[in-house]
Amino acid sequence: MSDVTAITDSEVVGLQTVHAGRRRAEWIMTVQEAWGMGRTKIGVGIFGFIVALAVVGPWIAPYSPTEFVGLPFASPSGEAWLGTDYIGRDVVTRVLYGGRTVITLALAATLIGLGVGVTLGLITGYARRWVDETLMRILDVVLAFPQIVLALLFVSIVGPKLWLIVLMVGIGHAPRIARVIRAATLEVAQRDFVRAAEAFGVSRLKIIFSEILPSTTSPLLVEFGLRLTYSIGLIAGLSFLGFGLQPPAADWGLMINENRIGITVQPWPVLMPVVLIGILTIGTNLIADGMGRALIGIERDTGGT
Amino acid sequence: MATAMTTDPTTGSEREVVLTVEGLTIVLDPSGRNIDDEVSLWIREGEVLGLVGESASGKTTAATSLLAHQRRGAKIAGGEITIDGKDVLALGDADLRTIRGGLISYVPQDSSASLNPALRIGTQLMEILDAHDFGGSGAEREARLAEMMAEVLLPSDHDFLRRYPHQLSGGQQQRVAIAMAFANRPRVIVLDEPTTALDVTTQAHVLDTIRDLTRQYGVAALYVTHDLAVVANLADRIAVMYAGRIVEIGTKEELFESGQHPYTRKLLSSIPDITGERALKGIPGWAPRPGQRPPGCAFTPRCDWAIEKCSEEFPPVDGPTAEHRVRCWRWQEVGAQAAETDVVLRDRSLDACETVEKTVISVRDLIAFYQRKETLHDIDVTLCERRCLSLVGESGSGKTTLARCIAGLHQHKIVGDIEFMGKPLARDARDRPRATRQAIQYIFQSPYSSLNPRKTIRQILAAPLKVFFDLSRDEMEARMEKALEQVALDATLLNRYPDQLSGGERQRVAIARGLAAEPTVLVCDEVTSWLDVSVQAAIIELLANLQREMGLSMLFVTHNLALVRSISQEVAVMNEGRIVEHGGVDAVLEDPQADYTKKLLSDTPTI
Repeated sequence: MSDVTAITDSEVVGLQTVHAGRRRAEWIMTVQEAWGMGRTKIGVGIFGFIVALAVVGPWIAPYSPTEFVGLPFASPSGEAWLGTDYIGRDVVTRVLYGGRTVITLALAATLIGLGVGVTLGLITGYARRWVDETLMRILDVVLAFPQIVLALLFVSIVGPKLWLIVLMVGIGHAPRIARVIRAATLEVAQRDFVRAAEAFGVSRLKIIFSEILPSTTSPLLVEFGLRLTYSIGLIAGLSFLGFGLQPPAADWGLMINENRIGITVQPWPVLMPVVLIGILTIGTNLIADGMGRALIGIERDTGGT
Repeated sequence: MATAMTTDPTTGSEREVVLTVEGLTIVLDPSGRNIDDEVSLWIREGEVLGLVGESASGKTTAATSLLAHQRRGAKIAGGEITIDGKDVLALGDADLRTIRGGLISYVPQDSSASLNPALRIGTQLMEILDAHDFGGSGAEREARLAEMMAEVLLPSDHDFLRRYPHQLSGGQQQRVAIAMAFANRPRVIVLDEPTTALDVTTQAHVLDTIRDLTRQYGVAALYVTHDLAVVANLADRIAVMYAGRIVEIGTKEELFESGQHPYTRKLLSSIPDITGERALKGIPGWAPRPGQRPPGCAFTPRCDWAIEKCSEEFPPVDGPTAEHRVRCWRWQEVGAQAAETDVVLRDRSLDACETVEKTVISVRDLIAFYQRKETLHDIDVTLCERRCLSLVGESGSGKTTLARCIAGLHQHKIVGDIEFMGKPLARDARDRPRATRQAIQYIFQSPYSSLNPRKTIRQILAAPLKVFFDLSRDEMEARMEKALEQVALDATLLNRYPDQLSGGERQRVAIARGLAAEPTVLVCDEVTSWLDVSVQAAIIELLANLQREMGLSMLFVTHNLALVRSISQEVAVMNEGRIVEHGGVDAVLEDPQADYTKKLLSDTPTI
């Protein structure tokens, strides 16, 4: 009895390996092509560097983020390499601590956006007719609001909660992602293998997620990089406006706000977060761009015959 | 080796040789893989040379290189092309521009894609005359334009010339492309499957025009095609290409009556025979792509005559005469065997009707719409048990729509009755009971589109099994293996993905998926139109056998009237959404009643 189970299990494992191996290969095709481009390497380098900085930062920081190490707006010195902020805390330490929130919140918001956007895109693209029309018009309304205004609107009603910021940034992304996935779905849904599944009587939900979704992974990859870039900017922006982490927490967006009055005396506490947010978005954008180019390349290669 | 092929090619004919190609080799640029290898041929004035080959044989690449053009990623690595003694490959860009469209011109496969949609056809036609400064004056060119249009049997009035390409039919567009090619009275013209996208009737007219113009103006024409039947009606001489090499070249009669290369012989017996005397025989396997070609003679793995030497060395140019050239180690033995021995007569006993006929599917007064437009009118047709009914028609005749209505895939309005075993069928497959969905299986036209590229063959075959049966894992596995066996595929394919299979194998998988559902009715929608002739023949053989052995009722949709006798017992001919003729295959093909059937029969090219 146990033997039989063992055999079946190993078969299942074997199956999944083949499966996973191949699916990874699909994925790797785009990634490898992208990796061949200088822009992607630079992007990955930048992104990796900043993520590493945010992750290990707290351990290598010379002080505690709330510790007063000198006078407010003190210039760089031996004790505080980049000087101090508006109440005398070490800028290097605050910068090292402040990247985590931006990166994690941006990632979370992007994932929410993808989840909602992909589902809506698949449904509208496959259902067409009135479902498509109705959902897309609703999405158009959401699309009409600038993303930051949409987020501000809800944050000002409910209050500056981190989960709300993540949710609103994610929902702001959803219609944009849905449009891209809908376009991909419309194309895939026309192919005969979808007709074949319909003729067998496979359920609509299964067709959407098992037949169509796997064919949209490549544009999905590109969207992920692109929306992550926007998320970083939006989250940092909301934080700057005072809707993110609250003082005395260390956060790049917040730092810019707190220290902007002293920018002429001591530019470092403003400059450092600005530069880091800037190059972080450049990094993610380069990755997305590389993926996008790789995707077009791959489609050109296999699209023929 | 290559030089031997062109040794004094003028012997045996007083006509002047216009084009000579010698030892042409084309490689893929970074990898250096050969697309074309030692291609040598020659064409005299007023002569049509048919260059025949299956997909990926390198025929189009070879043909376009005559204009010193190389598609992206391809590079001419060696050889010589001369037109009237002029070395084409030695010419600079400026000189090439002068000869292209002047000395040598090109007719593309799909003229609807190669005509500029934003320019009126008159403008486009005048452009080519202007570019080569034809006749030296505007008046001269105006006159030539009118003459050109007359040559290709198109009106040359102002209104017609002011039309845009989309306002012309497919046949008219191709005529415009031909007019352009003949505009500057070229010496050589390269025609790259110019009739593939056209219906047989239009094709017949276009071929006539090409033949007349080549003769009339003494042009040397290279006609590239995969269709031997077309070449049989058009060409004076034929070159058969396989895996980038010309394996046999000779006059049409020499090749058709005493082909010396095994591939030529096999190719001929895989061409559907409209008379139905001959059984269709496929060639096992498929033509290899560049980079996957075996060493030695590339046909070795598919060849009955292969000996050890074949896989070691590519045979030199040899052959019975200076004009009839073969590249095969055993050509003398192959040639000694009379061509008739290749012919296997069709087993006609199978055509005999069973007296008791049970109707499986009956369609009555069916009207189908595409959006608001009525595309099928008053269709009445019945499919009997264990019989195969062919549904023949040109594109737009509604044959696929009818097939899709039966399969429950037509997404627009239909009126009328479709009955299966006496019970009415719902329009949408989803609304039909499970047993009905299982009983009627549909095989799609393109195996490139009907198999999900992201799924393994196992997952693809599992779909119908999961929906229709409640099976254990082992039972499923056994059923899948059985289904693959039925279509002569190996069970090791289960872990592969569709893009790792050839077109023929993919279509077999699609058929296996249909069979896995254990249907009683199989609806095959142009299932061979995407395949090479040699593979098409094998698929037809397979379907015919399955239908008999499993007692299936089959609806076989096709545009190719020549295929009908090889597979079906009954035929229904469709035109413009109506069935114009319906009956037993012999009756309809031998004594057609409807004018449309007669026309279709006379226009279908045969060998």
